[in-house]
Order: sequence, then C-alpha cells, then structure tokens
Amino acid sequence: MEHATAQPVGGPILTRPYRLLLAFIGLWLLILLWRFAAGIGAVSGLTDGYPWGVWIAFDVVTGTALACGGYAIAILCYVLNRGAYHPLVRPALLTSALGYSMAALAIVIDVGRPWFIYRIPISVGKWNLNSALLEVALCVMAYVAVLWIELSPAFMEKWRDTSSSPGLQRLSEVGLRFFDKALVFIVALGVLLPTMHQSSLGTVMLMAGHKLHGLWYTGWIPLLFLLSCVGMGYGVVVWESAVSSRVFGREREDSMLTSLSGAIVVTLVLFLVLRLGDLLISGKIGLMFGSGLMSLLFWIEIALFVIPIVMLVGKGKQRFTTMFRAAFLIVLAGSLYRFDTYIVAYDPGQGWSYFPSLPELLITFGVIGFEIALYVFIVKRYPILAGVRPEAAE
Amino acid sequence: MSMDRRSLLKGLAVAGAGAAVGGGTVQAAETEKRPAPPEDALGMLYDATRCIGCRACVTACKQANNLEYNLADPPPDLSADTKNIIKLYEDPETDERSFMKAQCMHCLDPACASACMIGALQKREHGIVTWDGDRCIGCRYCQVACPYTIPKFEWDTPTPKIVKCELCLHIIKRGGQPGCCQACPKQAVIFGTYADLLEDARTRIAERPERYWGPDGTPKIYGEHDGGGTQVLYLAGVDFAKLGLPDLGERPPALLGRTIQHSVYKGFVAPVALYALLGVAIWRGRRSGSGKEDE
Repeated sequence: MEHATAQPVGGPILTRPYRLLLAFIGLWLLILLWRFAAGIGAVSGLTDGYPWGVWIAFDVVTGTALACGGYAIAILCYVLNRGAYHPLVRPALLTSALGYSMAALAIVIDVGRPWFIYRIPISVGKWNLNSALLEVALCVMAYVAVLWIELSPAFMEKWRDTSSSPGLQRLSEVGLRFFDKALVFIVALGVLLPTMHQSSLGTVMLMAGHKLHGLWYTGWIPLLFLLSCVGMGYGVVVWESAVSSRVFGREREDSMLTSLSGAIVVTLVLFLVLRLGDLLISGKIGLMFGSGLMSLLFWIEIALFVIPIVMLVGKGKQRFTTMFRAAFLIVLAGSLYRFDTYIVAYDPGQGWSYFPSLPELLITFGVIGFEIALYVFIVKRYPILAGVRPEAAE
Repeated sequence: MSMDRRSLLKGLAVAGAGAAVGGGTVQAAETEKRPAPPEDALGMLYDATRCIGCRACVTACKQANNLEYNLADPPPDLSADTKNIIKLYEDPETDERSFMKAQCMHCLDPACASACMIGALQKREHGIVTWDGDRCIGCRYCQVACPYTIPKFEWDTPTPKIVKCELCLHIIKRGGQPGCCQACPKQAVIFGTYADLLEDARTRIAERPERYWGPDGTPKIYGEHDGGGTQVLYLAGVDFAKLGLPDLGERPPALLGRTIQHSVYKGFVAPVALYALLGVAIWRGRRSGSGKEDE
C-alpha cells in the first residue's frame, strides 16, 4: 500500500500554539502524578454509585467510536473496493491509531489496579467468556497493535528513503515488502476487531440491568453501537479532511467524501429504524414521553440522527459545507447516545449522583491534548496526508 | 466485483444478525431453568420485623473483618470500610417504618461474577461470592453490574481493593458463624444452610402471615426467586422496594447480556467466518486491480 501522493506537511514543530499545548500537557502530567499517588477519589467525582465517569464514557467509549474513521474507511476502500478513497486511508488510520492508543491510556488511568492489566491477555484459562468487557479489553489491545501495523508503511517509507542509518533502511525495506504480502490478513483483522468490540461496548451496559433507563436498555444495543460508530467514524474523516486542508493548506477530498454520504444515510436510517422500532414493539412508547429529562435527551438524540439524514438527501447534498455540518451532527448524535447510555441514563438510585470534578475533566482534556500533539508532529514529519500543496511542503 | 461485494455484504449482514440473535434468544432464555443453589449453600435470613435497630451487627461485622470503626460516629451507609449496615426507613406521611440490613446478597447467579473479566469475583465455597485480588484490575464493572450496588471500591488509596461482605467465610471455616448473625440479640438475622433458612422463612410466614408484606397480600420471601434467587433471604413488614431491594423479576439480571454474548460468539464461528469473508473480499479486490494500488 504505497501512496505516491502522501507526503509530510513539513514546517516547524514548535510553533507558539504547540508550545502552549506542551505546557498544558505538563500540567496534565502533574495531575496524573497526583492521581497515581493519592488514588482515584482524590482527583475525580467518581463514587461507588457512579464507578464510571467521563474517563470511560468519553475517552474510551466515545473516543474509540470517534476513532472509527479507520474502520469506516477500511470497509469502503478495501472491502467494498472503492480505490478512489485511498488518499483518505492514511489520515483516517492515524486518527484511529492515536484515538485507540489514547483510549488504552485512559483505561490505565481509570482502573484501580493497572499493574495487573497484563494478566488479562495472558490468563487464557481464567477468561470469563460471559464478560462483554473482557472481549472489549482483548479486542482493543489487539486493535491498537493492528492499527499501528496498518500505519507502519508511512513511517517505513520515510525511513527507507531518508534514514541515515543503513540498518533502519534495510529493516524498513523488508518491513514494507512483508506488509505488502500480509496486507490482506492485517486489513481484514482491522475490520473484524472493531466490528466485535464496538458492538460489545453496547452489550457491556446491558449488565447494568434496572439501573439503565428503559429507553436505552434493549437487546439491540450491540447493533445500535455498531451502526452509530460507523457514522461517527465517517463524520470524523470529513472533519479531518476539512480541518487539515485549512490548517496545512492541502486539497480537500470533496467529491470522494460526498460520494460516501449515501452509505452513511443508509447506516443512520438503519439505526433509527432499529432504535424506534424496538421501543414501539416492546411497548415503551410511554417512556418516550413520560420520563422527563430522559425523554428530552432521547428526543434530542433522535433529532440529531434525523437532521443529518435530511441534510444528506436534500438539495444541498453536493456542497461540502452541508456535508461538514451533517458530519458534525452525526458525531454529536453518536457521542450523546454513548454518554447517555454510560452516564446520564444510568441511575443506581439510593440518592447517588455524579458530576465530574475539575482535575477529572483536566485529565480527560489532557488525553485529547496529548493526542493532538502527537497528530501534528506525525503529519508534519511523516507521509500521511495527500494533496499537500508544494509551497506548503518542506 | 459486484458478486463479491454482495456476498460480503451478506457476510456483514450475518454478523449483524449474530448481534440480532441476541434479541431473538431472549425468549429462549426466558425458559432457561432458574439457577440451582450449590449443595452446600450457606446464607442468612434477615427478618426486618424482628430487628430493633441496635446496630450490634454493624459493630460485630467491623470487628470480624478488621475494619475501622468508631462507635460514636456510626457509618451512614455501606462503604469500603463498612460491609454491613442497618438503615431506618420511615414514611413521613404514614407511620410506616422498618429497619433494613444491607450486605452482599450472595446471588445464585451473581451479575458481578458474570461481569468480572478474569474471575476475581466468583461463587466459591458454599456459594459465597468472594474476591480474589490477584485477578482484579480495579475496572469496577462489578459495581456497574450489581443490581444492589453492593461492591465498594477503595477510592482514597493508590492500591485499592474491591470490598464487600464475604459471609465471614474466614470464620465459617473455623466452625463459627458470620459476625452479624453471632451478634444479633433478637435473632433478626440468622445464619444457616440455604435449605434450612428457606424452610424457616416459610414457617414464620405460616405462623404469622399478617406480620409480613407481599404483593397482593401474600407474604413474600425476597430472594427466593428475585433476580434468579439469592442465598441471603429477607422477610419484612413493608414493600421491599421501599427498603432498597429492587423489583428484578425472576430472571438473573446478567442473563440478557450473557445470552447475546454467547449467541454472537458461539464457538467463535461468526468472527472466524467474517474474518475469512473479509480476507477474500480484500484479496480479490487487490488482485482485480480495481482497488488501484499505486505500485
């Protein structure tokens, strides 16, 4: 998989905004130190009633869905064999690899006894196959590795061509040849793993039973999580194309992206049919209107799914701005659906309540900041983005 | 190409249907037999109508489990250093009131154990649900899963544990009984084999049916069937829901998630089949060249 057109954006790394970002990351590291020295209670609003908060609901559950760009594009490019989208593959893979790596980092921060995480993949005989979370854990670990392998040609191409170390050059050459042979197996794994764990992220919350509000508790939850993550992944790719073209002065993949919108409309419609159909059939119409705040959130979610569908089949569907706005709403819709399922619609009763504390939020923002810092560094130095205008390049 | 694409889409549909089977098998799960108690099952019976709220059991539990306590400042609720608690329920409108004891229910089919990734929480000797720290990464999924919100987490230490009642297994092994049952002056909470306790509860109901609450007037033993059944049984004079015991129905709460997980991943057939289909589609796409590789 070589991209003749992908090239480093170039330019200096340590710009003023970048230095600000690094300063914030410094603060983040201090808060992390505090968390690991004093315990989770010292820095978070988490309680025995709400054991999972923004670290899980945002960094892990929403973050990995936002990182499904690689998944969505891999389905289109390789599986449905639409070669035309290839310029989108590498940037999508990079955001996915970074997003999943950051989710893994957030898990290390969130769990109370991270020094035993290594036991999850190796304790094969002790695996509890009833646990949806076990499947998520194993799949995410494997997928982080698969994503970096999928992305590795971008690094190896640069090392092969420019490295001063002959050893690294040789290694890259061998690596690239191996990658070309093994591509099928790697990419297939890169589609299979998200299909498994993104659906299981929904199954996880079925275990909450009566604590999860009836409007969200359904046996269809795995399929709903899967469908919405495909939409979110696509939405992020649209954003990424638009933002990186603005910031780094490169051409946008407008026509490619607009031609994908049909597939996304189908995905979103399926989601709605399933979500509403299930509630109607299981006789939960009353809950749709009579649950106060929960009903309101439910209808906001539904609206956030309906509006982009209308936009993407309407008159202006060929315009990039329409698609950009629709993509924004899709991402919002999927994110809210996840937040509601994991936090807002989760009620342990007995007077428990949850609101994230400031250090808790700063830890989440820091994870995002760290991701952005890595992204900017990598696209400036390695061939990820296609269509970089010559004058903007090094 | 279009044929391949179609067969692949079919494959994806199969995978989706796998998830969908979850919806369908719910009904099959409905008929699944209720979990049976282990033969040597031990448990407790708490009779709220006998409890005088002296909290001797709370203190005894702390002593039996080496937990911090301060008699002058009794704990308000369960926490990482309180495995057993007595609370008072009072209705300000009517004069309805009752004491209530809370601790692990030792479910016959525990949701915490179903959730736990490598089996830190499991039903072990006598059906008692215990925690094995060597298998716990502190993910707290057990806290999300437990329908009674019983497992507690040590929030204020960098080396936290999951804490909950283990029926004083360490004392039972020495031939004793749980601290709370030992201490109760009114025998409001008693220790015994699951079978004996169930019979005892039925006898109490038969002798004084007017004393006990039940839906539509028939006295009920909470835990006999609730959530698939629990080894800790309850009798009370007021609605259990008001005392904090949720109406779970008779199916184990973990059943739906587990059934879906098992249907989709049965024998790992669906993932392997999907992987093969994906591989074929990608390989053909590359060979036909319409995937337009740049090299």
